[in-house]
Amino acid sequence: MKWLRDNLFPGWVSGVFSALLIVILVKSLFAFVDWAFLEAIWRADANACRAAKGACWGLITEKHRFILFGTYPYEQHWRPAAASVLLIALWTFSAFRAFWKWWLTLVWFFGLALIGMLMWGGVFGMPYVENERWGGLILTLLLSTFGVAFAFPLSILLALGRRSDMPIIRALCVGYIELIRGVPLISVLFMASVMLPLFLPSGVTIDKMVRAQLAIVMFAAAYLAEVVRGGLQSIPRGQYDAAHALALPYWRRTWLIILPQALRVSVPPLVNTLIALLKDTSLVLIIGLFDLLSTVKISLTEPAWNGFGIEAYVFASLVYFVFCFAMSRYSRSFEHR
Amino acid sequence: MANLEERRIASGFGFLNREAGFEIGESAFLRYGAADSYLRALFVGLTNTLLVAAIGIVLATILGTVIGLCRLSKNFLLRTVSGAYIEFIRNVPLLVQLFFWYAVITEGLPSAREALSPLPGVFLSNRGIFFPSFSSVPELQGFNFAGGFAISPEFAALLMGLATYTAAFIAEIVRAGILAVDRGQNEAAHALGLTRAQATRLVILPQALRVIVPPMTSQYLNLTKNSSLAVAIGYPDLVSIANTTMNQTGQAIEGIAVIMAVYLTISLSISGFMNWYNAHVAFK
Repeated sequence: MKWLRDNLFPGWVSGVFSALLIVILVKSLFAFVDWAFLEAIWRADANACRAAKGACWGLITEKHRFILFGTYPYEQHWRPAAASVLLIALWTFSAFRAFWKWWLTLVWFFGLALIGMLMWGGVFGMPYVENERWGGLILTLLLSTFGVAFAFPLSILLALGRRSDMPIIRALCVGYIELIRGVPLISVLFMASVMLPLFLPSGVTIDKMVRAQLAIVMFAAAYLAEVVRGGLQSIPRGQYDAAHALALPYWRRTWLIILPQALRVSVPPLVNTLIALLKDTSLVLIIGLFDLLSTVKISLTEPAWNGFGIEAYVFASLVYFVFCFAMSRYSRSFEHR
Repeated sequence: MANLEERRIASGFGFLNREAGFEIGESAFLRYGAADSYLRALFVGLTNTLLVAAIGIVLATILGTVIGLCRLSKNFLLRTVSGAYIEFIRNVPLLVQLFFWYAVITEGLPSAREALSPLPGVFLSNRGIFFPSFSSVPELQGFNFAGGFAISPEFAALLMGLATYTAAFIAEIVRAGILAVDRGQNEAAHALGLTRAQATRLVILPQALRVIVPPMTSQYLNLTKNSSLAVAIGYPDLVSIANTTMNQTGQAIEGIAVIMAVYLTISLSISGFMNWYNAHVAFK
């Protein structure tokens, strides 16, 4: 009772607010439960859906394989499923501080090789699947993983370049970072998908997925560079001086003393950038790749399931939310250390 | 260059003066027809981008500040509800949210003949939102409304998505800004006999603003850049029109150069203005 009085009804203004909020919340909660569960249709039956008042989860029941795996050959769906599980396991494994050792790179290397083998196939009796047919959840996860994997080394170089004493290198790095951060991701994606082929010698083609990946790497590198720069700036001056005093040359100084400290500090903002990156991969839909959001959208174009957009996008939000929320919790756990 | 010649793609900005030949769904300020030039079409796109960004910034700031203050409220429910809102919105891609709002408007709202009318003269339907203007009142004609002031479903969905999404980020900035003000300031204000509202308005907010302004700037920039997602739901913003232009003329390099130049100019002007404002509120 005391808790109720203190937190809900401390004064009459606050009390009225609370009462009003409780009424609104309870009402919308009932309406939501009605819509999402009680009146909802779970069977894959479009006609029953149209007759019902509630949500039509039948769309998801019917299309979940397509949404999760895209146009990957139907009988081979276990391969992207296994690859997704493996990739998520790799990320979870890397989240533990105890495993932040040099061999983690090896684990990732073998993990990604295994994922590549599963997805492409062509060995151990698995038929070959070209990457135009990859889609759904695994594409979203792969685009973000490789986005951060390639952008990260690049961003370290950019951040070091931005703090370099050499004016030309500094100007180039600042120019690149500010240019990319000043324009929307969609323009970088257009650049990679439309403009890049014009610059290749005739006969050479890069497929659409690699082009999108390239754009994501370029974009992520600029944002990550600012994160790394923040880490570099947080290192006390004394560390730089001490490294100098040991007479270490620049690269060894950076590699052995500065970077290990700077990167540890940058983990929470790095995870936040990773969240933004995962969300941003949904934009590849605009240049015609079949990522998770894209497969959800395509499921709706079938005439029978036309008009159930709300349910489809609620489902898509939930999938993205699970991944992003887990990462944001993780990033926040560092604050309490 | 050899590639361009081989594919018979022209280069240079000469195409800007040619006839565009496509219609644009809506134009806020300028009169535009299919016979106008590409330059004019892109200009219409720019005004559409600026319009949605400007209104979006105002709405997101108001909504974000209110939610940020609720997050710090002593009221448990207010605190929890605003916290849940922030967590959910921030962890779902904006594009999903835009599609969601677009689906809510086009599928959730009734057709024009059965439009909801919450206020006399105001109609909500899957064809958009209609308000009475000074000169005329919206009236049902055939399958749609005519007259009055209309907001298209695309504009409404984009604005709704951008404002609610950015508001969640602004709320966190406002909260952090207020928490950054020293506790002693609040106690001192209390000791002077100021009420809670007076203390917030006269003592806390002016100091919090110094912390709030820089991250707020980057949110305004994000909102403006995110308005380019309009292309996915069919609102004719700059990127959407530049995309059509690129498809018609094949001049991708010039088209992307236009997009990048415009966004860089907008980014630099907003950050320039905010730097000036920041210097204005900073410690002297």
